Amino acid sequence: MAIGRQPLRPAADVGLLQRPTWTEGLVSWLTTVDHKRLGLLYIWTSFMFMGFASIEAFLIRLQLAAPGNTLLSPDVYNQMFTMHGVTMVFLAIMPLGTGFANYFVPLMIGARDLAFPRLNAFGYWIYAAGGLFLYSSFLLGGAPDAGWFAYAPLTSLSNNPGNGTDFYMIGLLIGGIGTLVTAMNLIVTIFSMRAPGMTMMRLPVFVWMMLVTSFLIVFAFPPLTIALLQIIMDRTFGTLFYVPEAGGLPILWQHLFWIFGHPEVYIIILPAFGVISEVIPTFSRKPLFGYPVMILSGIFIGFMGFAVWSHHMFTTGLGPVANTAFSITSFVIGIPTGVKVFNWLGTMWGGAIRFTTSMYYAMAFLFNFVLGGITGIMLAMPPFDAQANSTYFVVAHFHYVMGGGALFAFFAGVYYWFPKFTGRMMNDRLGKVAFWFFFIGFNIIFMPQHFAGLMGMPRRIQTFEAGIGLELVNLISTAGTFVMLAGILLILANVIQGFRAPKTAGNDPWDARTLEWKTTSPPQHHNFDEQPIALDRDALWAEKYPEHAHPDDASAYEGMDFDQGGIHMPGQSWYPFAMAVGILVASYGILFHNFVLAAIMGVFVVVTTYGWAFEGVGGHHVHPNKTATEGAHD
Amino acid sequence: MQTHRWLRPAGLLSLLALGLSGCEFAGPQSIFDTAGPIAEAQRDLFVWSYQLSWIVVIGVFGVMGYVIWRFRQRKGSDAIPKQFHGNTALEIWLTIIPVIIVIAVAVPTVRTIFATETRVVPDEDAVIVNVTGYQWWWRFEYPELGIVTANELVIPTDRQVVVNLDSADVLHSFWVPRLAGKRDMIPNQNNQLHFTADEPGEYYGQCAELCLGAHAYMKFRVIATDDAEFDAWATSFQEAADRTVQADPQIQQGEALFATKGCATCHTIDGYRDDVRVGTPDFPNLTNFGLRNTIAAAVVDNTQANLEQWLRDPQSIKPGNRMPAVWDTNDPNADEEIAAVAAYLRSLGVEPATQTQASIGANHGDR
Amino acid sequence: MASQAPAAPSAAPAHGWRSSKLPDIKLLMWIFLASDIMFFGTLIGTYLIYKGRSLTGPYPLDVLDIPLTTVSTFVLLMSSFLMVIALDALRKNKIQQFRLWTFGVVFFGAIFLGFQIYEFNHFVDLGLTLGGNLFGSTFYVLTGTHGVHVAIGILWLGSILVSSYIRPWTAKDEVYLEVAGLYWHFVDLVWIVIFTLVYLVDFV
Ligand code: HEA
Ligand code: HEA
Ligand code: HEC
Ligand code: CUA
Ligand SMILES: [Cu+2]
Repeated sequence: MAIGRQPLRPAADVGLLQRPTWTEGLVSWLTTVDHKRLGLLYIWTSFMFMGFASIEAFLIRLQLAAPGNTLLSPDVYNQMFTMHGVTMVFLAIMPLGTGFANYFVPLMIGARDLAFPRLNAFGYWIYAAGGLFLYSSFLLGGAPDAGWFAYAPLTSLSNNPGNGTDFYMIGLLIGGIGTLVTAMNLIVTIFSMRAPGMTMMRLPVFVWMMLVTSFLIVFAFPPLTIALLQIIMDRTFGTLFYVPEAGGLPILWQHLFWIFGHPEVYIIILPAFGVISEVIPTFSRKPLFGYPVMILSGIFIGFMGFAVWSHHMFTTGLGPVANTAFSITSFVIGIPTGVKVFNWLGTMWGGAIRFTTSMYYAMAFLFNFVLGGITGIMLAMPPFDAQANSTYFVVAHFHYVMGGGALFAFFAGVYYWFPKFTGRMMNDRLGKVAFWFFFIGFNIIFMPQHFAGLMGMPRRIQTFEAGIGLELVNLISTAGTFVMLAGILLILANVIQGFRAPKTAGNDPWDARTLEWKTTSPPQHHNFDEQPIALDRDALWAEKYPEHAHPDDASAYEGMDFDQGGIHMPGQSWYPFAMAVGILVASYGILFHNFVLAAIMGVFVVVTTYGWAFEGVGGHHVHPNKTATEGAHD
Repeated sequence: MQTHRWLRPAGLLSLLALGLSGCEFAGPQSIFDTAGPIAEAQRDLFVWSYQLSWIVVIGVFGVMGYVIWRFRQRKGSDAIPKQFHGNTALEIWLTIIPVIIVIAVAVPTVRTIFATETRVVPDEDAVIVNVTGYQWWWRFEYPELGIVTANELVIPTDRQVVVNLDSADVLHSFWVPRLAGKRDMIPNQNNQLHFTADEPGEYYGQCAELCLGAHAYMKFRVIATDDAEFDAWATSFQEAADRTVQADPQIQQGEALFATKGCATCHTIDGYRDDVRVGTPDFPNLTNFGLRNTIAAAVVDNTQANLEQWLRDPQSIKPGNRMPAVWDTNDPNADEEIAAVAAYLRSLGVEPATQTQASIGANHGDR
Repeated sequence: MASQAPAAPSAAPAHGWRSSKLPDIKLLMWIFLASDIMFFGTLIGTYLIYKGRSLTGPYPLDVLDIPLTTVSTFVLLMSSFLMVIALDALRKNKIQQFRLWTFGVVFFGAIFLGFQIYEFNHFVDLGLTLGGNLFGSTFYVLTGTHGVHVAIGILWLGSILVSSYIRPWTAKDEVYLEVAGLYWHFVDLVWIVIFTLVYLVDFV
């Protein structure tokens, strides 16, 4: 009981600084440590960045509408697809998963918050800082333009003298810190804050997938961080890591990037798998088919994710033996993924499926993802990849898995959890209309790109040659963006309408299975009035329909007081925000070679670290089940 | 290809697939319109996987459609379906199916990898070419023939071509879809690619790795001819140094301007007066330029008008490239001088007779 | 949020149910170290891949001074040893000893860092610079990152030492020292690997 939850001792009685206590207004958001608020911040911020990235995508497609188009110059075009890719991957889709995790992991495991609330806040702010930093490049001398994987030596000072590349390197570096600490935080949370009775094999699958994802982050981000650091050193302090003239090996960057990069794509897709594994059972009114297999296959996919990175490098001349090895490991990943797909179908089999908008997106996810997965398997054949690599076939593949897969899954999540976020219901009919535009538009954009690729259209070209058969496919693809745009606008209308709908959702509008639906919508600050207890896998379902599940005997927990002394609500804090700002400013210092500024901010960051450590526990206790007077004593 | 034998009975699926492997996808840069064994093996592997993928597509989407239709919640019914959690036997079967498919893909894949990607010791009669990528053009050196040229790779048909790939700056990737898949050009890494062209023809090549600037325009051509023509081409290069400028006064003016305008500080022309030539290997070698079909890494055809435009304003043809505009826009002599230089360049390697006969030499693919 | 009194420090009750026996911060530290292994793994990997690829000198054999570094390695190892004793002392509530040994750790760590600063200076004199050759780049970035880790450790343990005078530590605070100790042992361990792969290998 006492273990692991001691307040930071040295801090408390020193009480160097009072914790802020605003509950409303800007400051309350800047200093918040509430996982639900941070989750919403994550989600909103990533949608904002997704909006930017979509604008870039539309510009890309407009430029490629016809051959010889001059809407964007080559330089601007390079910045567009680089920022589009970087934004979608690092600032939109990945933090979206983190946002859902922030909001729902504690609720699903019946916890009050993440294990380290301030660290969580820091994770968010440093992510936001990294995103701002990257986007400020547009105003400060040009955005990065070397593609989202920034192959050396394109990023060396001599080949890329502008500071766009510095924005990329430093921006991803600081954003990566946020991702790392949040992943660590989630792991600790999932290990140590599960509700009584919630064994690992009773965790909701979304939580499991976040656990695997977090481990992937913990192991995959360091290689990227070091690679970024090496380029920063090369560009700022004249080291030679990627200088071919000095013997440097550009291929090393590729290895380091993809050792990160392939796990990264599973970091994107596993949370999406998790969302789907919540949505489908709920709307099929059946438990997930083959739960242990789903967990194992998730772990296996994550594990194998570290063994396939060179399939992005089949054309770099690794030789037939290495290509064979990485090809086979890539094929093998298809097997557990297939098992997942089959199990989702198995979940629906025999169910009573309710086709809500959320379920529509889940079905569309299955459709798109299987297609994208199949093209992935094709790309994993090195001889075919020799043709397809760096063409629109690859572009089509990864949009099917990331856009059609992850993004659609997260949309399913948005529609699924919207009532929980707000207490309001979105209009299902409008949602479905929007869905069809979105889904059909998506396929009109990306299906033809397979053919463009097979016809020999390379990616990352701002114009293509007329008369070699590429006009039509590109025109169709561009036309599709308008259909999708209509879909996006309708979705936005749907969301706005949702926010204006009456608060009638209730705690559990979908008759769902997991604990987040046990509390109010939106959940109170302290999540649960009473410590929930998991008597079965789908804890809430078991509670609602004990005759359909076989829950444990609740009497084992009777009389236990899990909230001795009330629920402790951690105090807010300025330090996460301040530290992120310090790092942000220091980054500008390094970028503009203003090392004095960087050093001052470095000291500032150290100061905030101490402030953080010695700020004291703060916070207060709530006693939802007792009278207010009783609660006032501490 | 071995796999072909297996695919014959694939019935209906093959029909669908034939649509793909057939001519609808023909095109100068299409991977289906193969003209050599390597590209063919790569295409066949794709077709095989494409056909297999129909099993997955039909299987998964079939079941999905059925489930969606069969198990949707009926109006008015609020019954809770039977809560089953899994079925081990079924799960095992559902694992075995993808395993079988994976094996069916993997076997031909591995075979094709070793057939197409192994580093080779060049055949006796192989043509060896050292290719260097530059931002944004290609240098082709035939070490055995003593030829250096740019942007057009002339090869004999039915003979092995072995290219050694290097880059002078950033990464590029050498790709001729109809002949062979790509191989990246990476500094400090000697990559090799080999292929054979079955038929004479002009094949499109394209840089397939982002190299910024004019990456989209970094193309090239592979021109496959029969042995005799190839030898004639090579001889013409080897003898270029001994040839003299043609008698035409415009061409002679062009030659003089080539020196005075500073072209020769960058570009090399074999047979060009050594005293003014400081050209380096880091710029396109213009020897026998008259034999070229295209200008500026296959961006436009080699016509008098295009070449003049190129010399007047290289950026207008190929945005981002590194060739300077040599003439001021308001230089009164520009038109005349440019025409002369262009005429001179187009005369290189071309017999005077054929030159007058057609504005683009007989050899030029006049599309 | 009306009741806004700060929680009473050590009297604060244990909150809620825990599903793990390991204290949170200890778990966090373990995960961080797992990740740190990847950081150093990448740096060491880079060093090894670039080994022997420098086009110009000075080469490892020209600059590395095994006896000197052996001494500093030994010092660092000793600090790890003192770390164990310090933790033990705290567990037994022997506060004076705990302070003494913690001071020892910090002191030895500082000596190691001093050695490293001396070494870097000396190497620069010998012509080994960050931008001089690949050996310089990989060597300084690898050992420099390690040095930063040591410096952070010193700062951390030093802060613990200082805070132990401001507010006495007791055996109940053991976990905070233990976590810092985990970190310190790890940094030591990494040095052993670096010392072996970077320094010793070339001499055998
Ligand atoms: C969400 C992200 C995501 C996911 C999940 C995947 C999944 C897979 N990817 Fe993809 N991939 C990317 C994102 C993703 N990828 C990105 C972003 C790039 C490009 C980066 C860049 O260059 O910019 C890329 C590029 C890429 C390449 C390199 C192409 C190139 O640049 O030349 C390859 C090559 O092997 C590949 C393979 C695979 C494979 C084998 C899978 C497998 O995991 C897929 C497994 C899924 C299935 C197979 C479908 C379901 C299975 C069944 C229904 C069972 C039956 C099927 C079989 C037995 C086959 N991917
Ligand atoms: C998650 C990843 C993701 C997503 C969703 C997308 C979505 C889209 N992408 Fe992108 N794309 C990449 C990741 C992604 N892309 C990557 C990694 C690259 C490679 C970059 C590189 O080569 O370096 C790439 C490259 C790429 C190219 C190739 C460029 C080139 O090689 O030259 C093209 C061209 O058509 C393209 C188009 C599109 C289009 C039209 C969409 C459309 O689907 C976009 C439609 C918009 C949405 C789906 C978002 C909806 C948004 C909202 C609802 C939010 C609105 C909210 C507010 C405004 C608050 N993308
Ligand atoms: C500063 C160096 C420089 C100078 C001076 C220069 N060029 Fe170029 N030239 C280049 C470069 C670089 C290219 C390759 C451009 C590309 O395709 O990206 C090129 C390409 C060409 C080409 C096309 C080559 C091909 O393989 O298709 C021609 C023709 C040409 N130059 C002619 C000239 C003439 C004539 C002059 C003088 C009037 C001249 N150049 C002056 C650098 C130079
Ligand atoms: Cu060279 Cu792209
Ligand atoms: Cu991958």
